[in-house]
Amino acid sequence: MSTDTETREEEAMTDETPPQDGGAADLNGIAPERALEILREMLLYRRFEEKAEEAYAIGKIGGFCHLHIGQEGAAAGSILPLRGDDYVISAYREHTQALAKGVRPRAVMAELFGRRDGSSGGKGGSMHIFDVEHRFMGGHGIVGAQVPLAAGFGWTIRYREGDQVVVCFMGDAAVNQGAFHEAMNMAAVWDLPVIFVVENNAYGMGTAFHRVSRTEIHEKASAYGIPTEVVNGQDVLETYRAFADMIAKVRDGGGPFFVDLHTYRFKGHSMSDPVSGTYRSKEEVEGKIESADPIRVLADRLKDAGHLTQKRLEEMDAEAREMSQDALEFADASPPPDPEALYTHVYAEINPNGRLFFDGLERPGFAR
Amino acid sequence: MAEITYREALNQALREEMARDDSVFLMGEEVAEYDGAYKVSKGLLDEFGEKRVVDSPISELGFAGLGVGAAMTGLRPVIEFMTFNFSILALDQVINSAAKMYYMSDGQISCPIVFRGPTGAALQLAAQHSQACETWYVHSPGLKLVTPATPADAKGLLKAAIRDNDPVAFMEGELLYNFKGEVPEDDDFVIPLGVADVKREGEDVTILTHGKMVHVALQAATKLEKDGVHAEVVDLRSLRPLDVDTILASVKKTNRAVYVEEGWSYVGVGAQIVSLIQEEAFDHLDAPLLRVTQADVPMPYAKNLERLAKPSADRVIAACNRVLYRN
Repeated sequence: MSTDTETREEEAMTDETPPQDGGAADLNGIAPERALEILREMLLYRRFEEKAEEAYAIGKIGGFCHLHIGQEGAAAGSILPLRGDDYVISAYREHTQALAKGVRPRAVMAELFGRRDGSSGGKGGSMHIFDVEHRFMGGHGIVGAQVPLAAGFGWTIRYREGDQVVVCFMGDAAVNQGAFHEAMNMAAVWDLPVIFVVENNAYGMGTAFHRVSRTEIHEKASAYGIPTEVVNGQDVLETYRAFADMIAKVRDGGGPFFVDLHTYRFKGHSMSDPVSGTYRSKEEVEGKIESADPIRVLADRLKDAGHLTQKRLEEMDAEAREMSQDALEFADASPPPDPEALYTHVYAEINPNGRLFFDGLERPGFAR
Repeated sequence: MAEITYREALNQALREEMARDDSVFLMGEEVAEYDGAYKVSKGLLDEFGEKRVVDSPISELGFAGLGVGAAMTGLRPVIEFMTFNFSILALDQVINSAAKMYYMSDGQISCPIVFRGPTGAALQLAAQHSQACETWYVHSPGLKLVTPATPADAKGLLKAAIRDNDPVAFMEGELLYNFKGEVPEDDDFVIPLGVADVKREGEDVTILTHGKMVHVALQAATKLEKDGVHAEVVDLRSLRPLDVDTILASVKKTNRAVYVEEGWSYVGVGAQIVSLIQEEAFDHLDAPLLRVTQADVPMPYAKNLERLAKPSADRVIAACNRVLYRN
């Protein structure tokens, strides 16, 4: 296996056709080979995030760092059915979503480290992963603010009469933001090709959803006339099937969709927060890890259907660990950004007349 | 040259840029079927169709964000705020999304978008509809800010703002829409951002200003002339980028300066200009730099109170006399 993601990416782009045989019937109509690829992806997400956790613990990663551990099925099931030219935009728990869209593990880890080879050159950090080549559009830190941006991507697609699809992720807490409601309304009115996905892990940081809403999440979207689905994100094959079907409809001009994607966060809100405590019990978390680990759920389904052995699982896991270790070592070896980078990319156009910067500091020529 | 109104000049700029570049579209409240709350977009729906001239719901945060998303993916939106007072609802998208996107993405994603509409007070619209919003927009790196005072500037600068590759706030004046002036009839009449314009030459004192206050400054300069005082009026036109050279050249000539703005004084635009002049032309100053601003209160409704709150030609004259040590 390659140490970077070139081959991984090609595999992820492989067009998947549900075969009539080969056991696909037991796997939500997904070919066993594809299901194994999905498993390999999720193992990478898990091991990658564990490496990030280790690196954070020894101070290699700073600031806020929100891990996706426990929610890998939500990322894989919703993003892997997309095309390379489809758009994904998310909030700040987005490392594995970037990986799923094809961003190289090395580039994501180097960004977490704040290094030159990071996907945003070290300027974005954990919450602002961007990779235009893979149409991964961030990485946004204000709860709900990415939702109108996603509507804007959908606007451009419609304006240019393209057939791309936008998948916009948000946490359950985002559905109480004004930006969410305004964007849902516009997406419905203008039939924008956007799938809005609430990764519903039941808690906005430490606030249980039902403490801050009288209505269910899917009812909020229904109010705008957008078709909604409730999907179990801990079962990645169910998620994949639902998204593959939905993406086809949206691509075909079916307008926006909304998904209440049920999932569960196995770690704290961020690396600075406790896993359990005042807002959820240790027993609750342990129970979920025991019963609803998306990787185990998939591995068990594949084993039961005779498509996976324990030995093969361990080999795949070793590959995921190796790739994550490679990303970590790459990030650690990558130099910090050049000091001149402080001034670059503030403006896309430096007007030849007039002053744009007022800090009185020396600038390297016309810093772009 | 033709004499047209400020409103017509803006309309021409929009029409010409939309004809020139099919990635340009206009979105905002009442811009299409209603022809615009101030009729700036009159006739554009008929000419360009509903794909490119779009009535939005009253959702400033939402459609500003949609515009930013469209700009991130290759279009050039012009987002009209019925007034910049309402844009305060949208500031998260302007500052946290538009202004920072290019930097956060390390230059991968630019945001060529124009946010436009009137800023400042009109007549008796009271506190929530009468504020100058320049400071909020000019404060954040990543944004540019333009404030035309005349029809020619409105046209030339709007065309430049639409062609610029960064987010540009374009602040008009409600009371300027009917103001008439000569405008070149050239499709490529573009005034580059960051070039100030000396609207009146003089050697005794410099009045620095922008936007609608240019006309108050010019009134003051006309009255001062009768008193034998030759005031120079420098219209900054663009607050970011800022034409520092023209500001300093004028101050070095007159050795005295007054800043006039519609906004509040505290951390206002004038505060920045005063700071800049004392840093870069301290030895040329013969008097303290003064500012004429709105009274440091929300805008009152009553006519007499509103008049007291706004900068006036008389207050500009008084400030000029003070820096000239005249009574």
